[in-house]
Amino acid sequence: MSGALELAGAIRAGARRAVEVVEEHLAAIDALDRELHAFVTVLGDAALARAEAIDAALARGEDPGPLAGVPVAVKDNLCTRGVPTTCSSRILEHWRPPYDATVVGRLREAGAVIVGKTNLDEFAMGSSTENSAFGPTRNPYDPERVPGGSSGGSAVAVAAGFAPLALGSDTGGSIRQPAALCGVVGMKPTYGTVSRYGLVAFASSLDQVGPFARTVADAAAFYDVIGGHDPMDSTSLERPAPRTAGAAAVGVDGLRIGVLRELVEGVDPAVASKVRAAADALGAAGAAVDEVSVPQLRYGLPAYYLIAPAEASSNLARYDGVRYGLRVEADDVEAMNRATREAGFGPEVKRRIMLGTYALSAGYYEAYYGQAQKVRTLIIGALDDAYQRYDALLGATTPSTAFPIGAKVDDPLEMYLSDVCTIPSNLAGHPAISVPFGTDDAGLPVGVQVLAPALGEVTMVRVAGVVEAAAPEPVRPELAVRS
Amino acid sequence: MEPARRLTREDAAYVARLARLALTEDELDTYAEQLAAVLDHAAQVAALDTEGIAPTAHPLPLRNVLRPDEPRPSLPRDEVLAAAPAVEDGRFRVPRILGDAP
Repeated sequence: MSGALELAGAIRAGARRAVEVVEEHLAAIDALDRELHAFVTVLGDAALARAEAIDAALARGEDPGPLAGVPVAVKDNLCTRGVPTTCSSRILEHWRPPYDATVVGRLREAGAVIVGKTNLDEFAMGSSTENSAFGPTRNPYDPERVPGGSSGGSAVAVAAGFAPLALGSDTGGSIRQPAALCGVVGMKPTYGTVSRYGLVAFASSLDQVGPFARTVADAAAFYDVIGGHDPMDSTSLERPAPRTAGAAAVGVDGLRIGVLRELVEGVDPAVASKVRAAADALGAAGAAVDEVSVPQLRYGLPAYYLIAPAEASSNLARYDGVRYGLRVEADDVEAMNRATREAGFGPEVKRRIMLGTYALSAGYYEAYYGQAQKVRTLIIGALDDAYQRYDALLGATTPSTAFPIGAKVDDPLEMYLSDVCTIPSNLAGHPAISVPFGTDDAGLPVGVQVLAPALGEVTMVRVAGVVEAAAPEPVRPELAVRS
Repeated sequence: MEPARRLTREDAAYVARLARLALTEDELDTYAEQLAAVLDHAAQVAALDTEGIAPTAHPLPLRNVLRPDEPRPSLPRDEVLAAAPAVEDGRFRVPRILGDAP
C-alpha cells in the first residue's frame, strides 16, 4: 500500500498513471468492501473519468495539483454536488446536494480523485459506526469488532487500502477514535482552520473536518490542502491555516511535552503502556517530558453530552419533510413533521434530540446547558494554563482497543465513555492527532494522542512524527489489500 | 443548581412533543430510562459551583461577518426544488398549516 505523497509524486513524475492507480484501489474495494462495508456509495465510473482527465492534463504538461491522481474517500456527511449525501440516515437516503462542500472542492482542485462516500454513525452520532441506517462497518483487524466512529468508514477505507487518504469530521473524537481503533493516523484541526461549509451540521461549535492517512506526513499534506479561510463559513478563521508540510520530520529537540495523567490513568493497561513508551521515545529524541494533571478534564464528558445534543436538537430541526429528504404524509403540517422525523431518524439520533431538547427546555436550561457551558470555560482555562508550561500534551486516544460489535449498543452511557479522551480538544477548539502505536496482545491497534493549543498544528505534527518513528512496525490488518 | 428530580416518562412524552417526534409507547419507555441514566451522569456538572464563571458558547470569539452588498447568483431554483418531497408552482408544497376556523 503506497502513501499519498508517494503516489502523487509517481503520477506527477510520469512513473505511474492516475487511471492505473485508481483502478487498483477500485479493485481493492470490489474485493473486500462487501465484508467491511466502509462505503455507502462507490463512485467507480466518476473516479475513472477523473483519473483519465488528470492523466490527460499531465500529458499536456499541466500540473493537476499536489494530490494528482490520489484516491480519496469522503465521509458521507460532506456534500458532493449531484452525488448522494446520506449521513447514513433514512431521512437523507435519496438526497443529492446542489453544491459541493468547500473541502470537497479543495481536494478536487488539488487533483485528488474521490472514490466513494463512506459510512458513518447516523449524522455522526456514535462511536462505533453501528448507528448507520445502512448497517455497520467492520474493523479490518477483526471483522467481529467495531472500527470506532463516527467516521468508521473513512478509517477503514484507509486501513484496508481502499484509499491512502480520507476525509472525516470530528465533533467529540469521530476522526481520532476510529483512527486509533483501525491503526491509522487521524487529525482534528484547530476549530475554524478548515471550512465547515457543506459539512452537514451536528454540533456547530464542536464540528471540525479533518484528514485520515496512513502516515503523519500524508495527514499533514492533506491538512495543508483542505485548510484555510473560506468566506462561505462565518466561523472560518480569517488567517491562513498553519502550514504543516515537512513538520513531521523536524524532530522535538527542546520541546516541552506533558503526559496528561487524566488521559493515561483509568485506560486499559495495554493502551497506557503505549502512551508511556511514546513519552519515553520523545524524551530520548530531546524533548523535556514530564507528567501533568488537569483534573477539570473529568467534567468534559458530561458537559459534552449536554452541549452536543443541545446543538444537535437545534440543527436537526431542519429535517421537517419540507425542503429535502424524506416526507411521511399526514393531514396537517405538524403531524407530517412528527411522522417524518419518527420514520426518518434512527434510535441514537432520536435519543440525542430528546436529550438536547430536554437540556434546553424551560426549567432545566440553567441546570444543564448553562452549567455545561460554564464547565467548558473551566476546561479551556485549565488547558490554557497547562500550555503555559508545555508545547504539547500526550495521552491515550481511546480508553480501550476495538470492542465487539453489539457490545455497547444498548447502553448509551457506556458507548459515550469511548469519547472520554478525545472530547476535551473539541470543547476547547484545539487540534489533536491520533498516531498508531503498535497493538495490544490480541493484535488490535492502539492510538497515542498528541494534543496542542489552538493553531499549534506545526508543533503537534512534529511531536506526532517522532511518535510515529518510534512506534513498533505496523501490523497489516487481516482484511486489507496485499500489494 | 441541582435538578430536583429524575426525568419521568411524562417528561419524555413532553420533550418528544417539543422535538416533533411521534415516538411509540415502547420508545418512550426506553428513552425515559436511558435519558435519566445520562442525566444522572450529568448531575456532577449540574452540581458544580460555577459562581462567577462566564459560559462559553463557542471556542472562537464570534462576530458578524459582512460582505459587500452585491448581487450574485443563488443556487439554481430547479435544482433546489428537485430535492423537495413536493412542489407546486415553483414553491415547496406542504399540507394544511391552520385548522378549520372555530
